[in-house]
Amino acid sequence: MKIIIKNKSELPIYEQIEQQMKEQILNGTISEDEQLPSIRQLARDLKISVITTTRAYNDLADEGFIISVTGKGYFVAPRTNDLLHERMLFEMEDGIEKAVTNGRNAGLDDDEIIEAVRRFMEG
Amino acid sequence: MENILEINGLCKRYDDFALKDVSFSLPKGYIMGFVGENGSGKTTTIRAILNMARIDSGRISVFGMDSVKDSIAIKERLGVVFDSLYLAEHLNVRQIEQQLRPFYKDWDSKAFFDRIHQFELPDKKRVGDFSKGMKMKLMIAAALSHKADLIILDEPTSGLDPVARDELLDILSEYIEDENCGVLFSTHITADVERIADYVTILHSGKVWYTGTKDELSEGYAVIKGDDKDIPDALRKKLIGFHSYRNGFDALIRTDDLAGIPDALEYEKTTIDEILVYIAKEDKHERNS
Repeated sequence: MKIIIKNKSELPIYEQIEQQMKEQILNGTISEDEQLPSIRQLARDLKISVITTTRAYNDLADEGFIISVTGKGYFVAPRTNDLLHERMLFEMEDGIEKAVTNGRNAGLDDDEIIEAVRRFMEG
Repeated sequence: MENILEINGLCKRYDDFALKDVSFSLPKGYIMGFVGENGSGKTTTIRAILNMARIDSGRISVFGMDSVKDSIAIKERLGVVFDSLYLAEHLNVRQIEQQLRPFYKDWDSKAFFDRIHQFELPDKKRVGDFSKGMKMKLMIAAALSHKADLIILDEPTSGLDPVARDELLDILSEYIEDENCGVLFSTHITADVERIADYVTILHSGKVWYTGTKDELSEGYAVIKGDDKDIPDALRKKLIGFHSYRNGFDALIRTDDLAGIPDALEYEKTTIDEILVYIAKEDKHERNS
């Protein structure tokens, strides 16, 4: 797991953590069932407030990315986890929406957009 | 959440200065930054917590015990770091250790010397000849060697170079990893608070201006800028520390008050430093008007 805090970023630190962890969970950099550093360890490593890391973990748990196991700590949720799966579908739909909107803005018709998607998938 | 430190309605009057109804609390397991301009009452408050200054009214409890009645029992579990060395300057680290040891039931010599080595402090040099950073580390080593549950630091970072400040933040984050401890530190270098503090208390002319989590503080206020003539009347009285200059104005504002402001006005997130400056400006306006 890699987290880089930018102090000059307009994004609050907890959101920076959430964003980077989500990205790494979704793309598999942090593998499923991997144990995460404890809230206090992470705060110490990043030299930031415990409240900030607590907030990031709570949000990630609420959204189904990570799970808290009493007495053991936090783990990446298994991919079969409904919430995480739903989340991935949501991310996909979000991406499709952006792609279609951008395509239409560029003056493409629906067939051309679908063709572009197909080309992308075939690499 | 259990509070490791709790101050309720603290009042203390001097001829030219008074602490007025100061109340705040620090939950166990967290770091609180204690900020405010010079003379705002930070050191007086800390002296009251340590029972070094008599309080006129109010109540301070540390570890659930009374700061006056249980002062001795509290000191056993309290570590203190001041901006200047409170230890005998002509002694070396070994002699200091011998001097401190009898004062604490839970003194741990090995832990003390381990820290001294970790901090790379020479043990045969007079501590009076130590640099400021070395003196600060020595006081921290002493505070950590009698199993203190609460560490109070008064301006520990003033006069420290950035490397030593960074090391101090590291030591504090490590200390707080144990959920049973707490840290209260007063400082002018608000960048340090901005990073590691969980809670912030801002003192201004002897009164608490803000106390709460750092996140709520930084999300609760913003700096607003623009042209003087674009400020609606209803908004004008909500501006804190209004500052106008030839080409526009800037002021502090609660983010709650940002709803419905005209597009011509811009706002951006603020820092604790800026908040302190605007509070001081607001005060000046009030005195002048």
